[in-house]
Amino acid sequence: MTTLLILVVLVLVAIAIWQMTKIFELSQLKTTSTEVATDSDNKYNGYLLFAFLIFIYGITIFSFWKYAKMLLPEAASEHGLDVDNLMLISMIIIFFVQTITQALLYYFGYKYRGEKGKKALFYADNDRLEFIWTIIPVIVLAGLILWGLYTWTNIMDINDDDDPLIIELYAQQFNWTARYAGDDNVLGGANVRLIDIDRANVMGLDEADTYSSDDVIVKELHLPVGRKVNFKMRSQDVLHSAFMPHFRAQMNVVPGMTTEFSFTPIYTTEEMREKPEVSDKVKRTNVIRAEKSASTGNVLDPWEFDFVLLCNKICGKSHYNMQMKIIVETEEEYNAWLAKQQTFQETMASSAQ
Amino acid sequence: MSTVTAHVDEVHDDHGHHHHKETFVTKYIFSQDHKMIAKQYLILGVLVMGFIGIAMSLLMRMQLAWPGESFLVFDTFLGKWAPDGIMDADVYLALVTMHGTIMVFFVLTAGLSGTFSNLLIPLQIGARDMASGFLNMVSFWLFFVASVIMIFSLFIEAGPAAAGWTIYPPLSALPMAQPGSGMGMTLWLSSMAIFIASSLLGSLNYIVTVINLRTKGMSMTRLPLTIWAFFVTAIIGVISFPVLLSAALMLIMDRSFGTSFFLSDIFIQGEVLHYQGGSPVLYEHLFWFLGHPEVYIVLLPALGITSEVMSTNARKPIFGYRAMVASILAIAFLSTIVWGHHMFVSGMNPFLGSVFTFTTLLIAIPSAVKAFNYITTLWKGNLQLNPAMLFSIGLVSTFITGGLTGIILGDSTLDINVHDTYFVVAHFHLVMGISALYGLFAGVYHWFPKMFEGRMLNKNLGYVHFWVTAVCAYGVFFPMHFVGMAGVPRRYYQNTAFPMFDELADVQVLMTVFALIAGAAQLIFVANFVYSMFYGKQGGQNPWKSNTLEWTTPVEHMHGNWPGAIPEVHRWAYDYSKVDEDGEYIIPGQDYVPQVVPLQQDEEELNH
Repeated sequence: MTTLLILVVLVLVAIAIWQMTKIFELSQLKTTSTEVATDSDNKYNGYLLFAFLIFIYGITIFSFWKYAKMLLPEAASEHGLDVDNLMLISMIIIFFVQTITQALLYYFGYKYRGEKGKKALFYADNDRLEFIWTIIPVIVLAGLILWGLYTWTNIMDINDDDDPLIIELYAQQFNWTARYAGDDNVLGGANVRLIDIDRANVMGLDEADTYSSDDVIVKELHLPVGRKVNFKMRSQDVLHSAFMPHFRAQMNVVPGMTTEFSFTPIYTTEEMREKPEVSDKVKRTNVIRAEKSASTGNVLDPWEFDFVLLCNKICGKSHYNMQMKIIVETEEEYNAWLAKQQTFQETMASSAQ
Repeated sequence: MSTVTAHVDEVHDDHGHHHHKETFVTKYIFSQDHKMIAKQYLILGVLVMGFIGIAMSLLMRMQLAWPGESFLVFDTFLGKWAPDGIMDADVYLALVTMHGTIMVFFVLTAGLSGTFSNLLIPLQIGARDMASGFLNMVSFWLFFVASVIMIFSLFIEAGPAAAGWTIYPPLSALPMAQPGSGMGMTLWLSSMAIFIASSLLGSLNYIVTVINLRTKGMSMTRLPLTIWAFFVTAIIGVISFPVLLSAALMLIMDRSFGTSFFLSDIFIQGEVLHYQGGSPVLYEHLFWFLGHPEVYIVLLPALGITSEVMSTNARKPIFGYRAMVASILAIAFLSTIVWGHHMFVSGMNPFLGSVFTFTTLLIAIPSAVKAFNYITTLWKGNLQLNPAMLFSIGLVSTFITGGLTGIILGDSTLDINVHDTYFVVAHFHLVMGISALYGLFAGVYHWFPKMFEGRMLNKNLGYVHFWVTAVCAYGVFFPMHFVGMAGVPRRYYQNTAFPMFDELADVQVLMTVFALIAGAAQLIFVANFVYSMFYGKQGGQNPWKSNTLEWTTPVEHMHGNWPGAIPEVHRWAYDYSKVDEDGEYIIPGQDYVPQVVPLQQDEEELNH
């Protein structure tokens, strides 16, 4: 029934549009009888092109004014600062080019709108001009490429200097697990073929491997501030992507291989919460959440800022809610937390009972 | 050259008896005439598939703006996948996947290239028809079968493919990973295999036609830029589509015959699977070896159309013809060695990332040259602001806006944090989605009289269509960059699971409102199209006062295109507003010199 109703509405809309065109055409009879642009079409559309340039600038300014504050806060990792710098420079360059080229495009569209009897300039080529606008992008891009590659190589150089903390990130539909390498700071061997759900060996650790006995498996990621962390990533089913936007960190998690990413957190969660841009965002968000709770009757808890790990590669139905909390804390807090966790050996022993 | 002419005359003689035997079936259904095949592509590829693809995007936008809300349209169109009118998470992913697949392959590859390559290649190079009319017909009907299978897959029990248009395994390979990876994925792969066959037959035909069937005097450097674009597009297609076919075949084998090309070490739904030793990263390489050139397969024809439309309506030669051709060739070459920029964080060797950053930023150079040349073409022109011209200007605008953010995404360092976020979605929708659609619309408005025997689209409806679309396209995709830079990942069914995205809900609503208006504006185009097909005003033989050969054919369609001998070409296609030493037009009182007009006395041939 509803389908029929919708069909009827669609037909009526189509008829309305058809009738409107007819009216439009009848009203046009006296003035024009051609579908080719006339001088007055050129005039009005020329003005509109200029107005559109203002619209583009307007939506740019509007977006910055309204939305710039919603962007991710300052990077919370060492390499993230370099990424942000490069991003800023690149953005300045592209906004500069955008502003100028759009202005030329639409201004010319407006300025040179057609008129009967006007003569266009036969101007087919200019080698010098073309050379200039080939060489300028070459130079600018060469600079960006070199800077980008230098930063990229540094970020992707994952090594064991400076005594990094080794953590495994383990992905499955639709949750994350973290495994700390324990006192020896070496992860025990593991393979999906060793998974034994009945005995709670959910990550397929090799029980015979002595390195695995002190490993700690948890559902919340705790990181000591200022210490380099080397992540080793593993997936048991489909592709996932470990995206930690506040740290400017992302790496896909691929079944059948181990991928890596490394960063050094520079702010604790507490320090981050106190940053004005973050606390403002939290305030704004909590106002929205309170309003939503009041209007829907579905009570949303107030939000407190936390770092977060998201899945960023389509992985199935609950892809949109595959997350893990990240807490960055001082060395002492971190050690105290870690001491309270059960090791793999202890877990296996208690599940055997 | 004489053999070409002889062959062509023979075709023409044939045409005599064809005409009498022509039935409804041979004229409108199994037609071998390139003009009819072009119209078939336009109607199936653009109007039908385009309608479905765009409608899907509107459903997704509504879900994103008002997550968890109940809508009558969800209930009507999604049925059991939207219980009580609330969209299900699985069907959201199915919509994402099918929207991408339909728009990229069916609308912007087959619809755009299929329509205009078929229509314009023979007409603009001066040929009676394609090199093989039969293969051309087969190509269209394979496309038809592919479309039918793809649409059929929307109606099966478990739903259509839902692993994203890139269908990365293992998600796409394992039916237990999501419902769409069962029968839906099988149909997706079958449809695409047939689609690739269709595309290859079409492309080979275009290449052979352009190389062999140019009329006398039509040297490569006198070809209109449209033909250059279609020609090079066909070459890229022939190089890259077979690689996608091999990826699809290997995926079919992994799914059905237990091989392990892309799968290894998988534990899912409580059991270990036997797969060992394959790599999903290998699939990504194969997919993007097509996937990236595909972007240019979509974009180059649109740029070619823009070159032609812009020059004609500016009443000026296209600026830097040779640089434009060189840019097309450079883009085509580079497009085959940049695919890795989709995979910076896929787990491949970071050194490869460096190489791909380098090649990717190189491709910005020919793109920049093209943009500057378009702008210079407008300078000191006598711009006839027809709807086609407005869409061409709009294309240059979105091509620049979307292209510039490519500098961010192509830089491996910066890609880390915006990879797979809405920043990417905004970037590619502007640079290839909207730009290619603008090129498509420009082509339809410009060549409608050629397709429908002199009838023209209503210009006022065209203006409304353009301005509403132009405002809404920026309204949707400009704010979307900010959503991406706030860290919102793409392909999320809703963003409510993360309080850090709560304040972006307003932006989502704004974008959706613009999207809905833009969608409605396309109905104006459809109405204009259907109405003008039957009742459009006659525009005569050469309504835009254009130089190219297609406007020398009679208004009435005929097999073989020209009633007498094929015209001979004496100059390039861009002698608009050319003047002699005294500042007078070459042909007095007329600001254009068609390609068939011989060089005048003392006239210098200036084809740059």
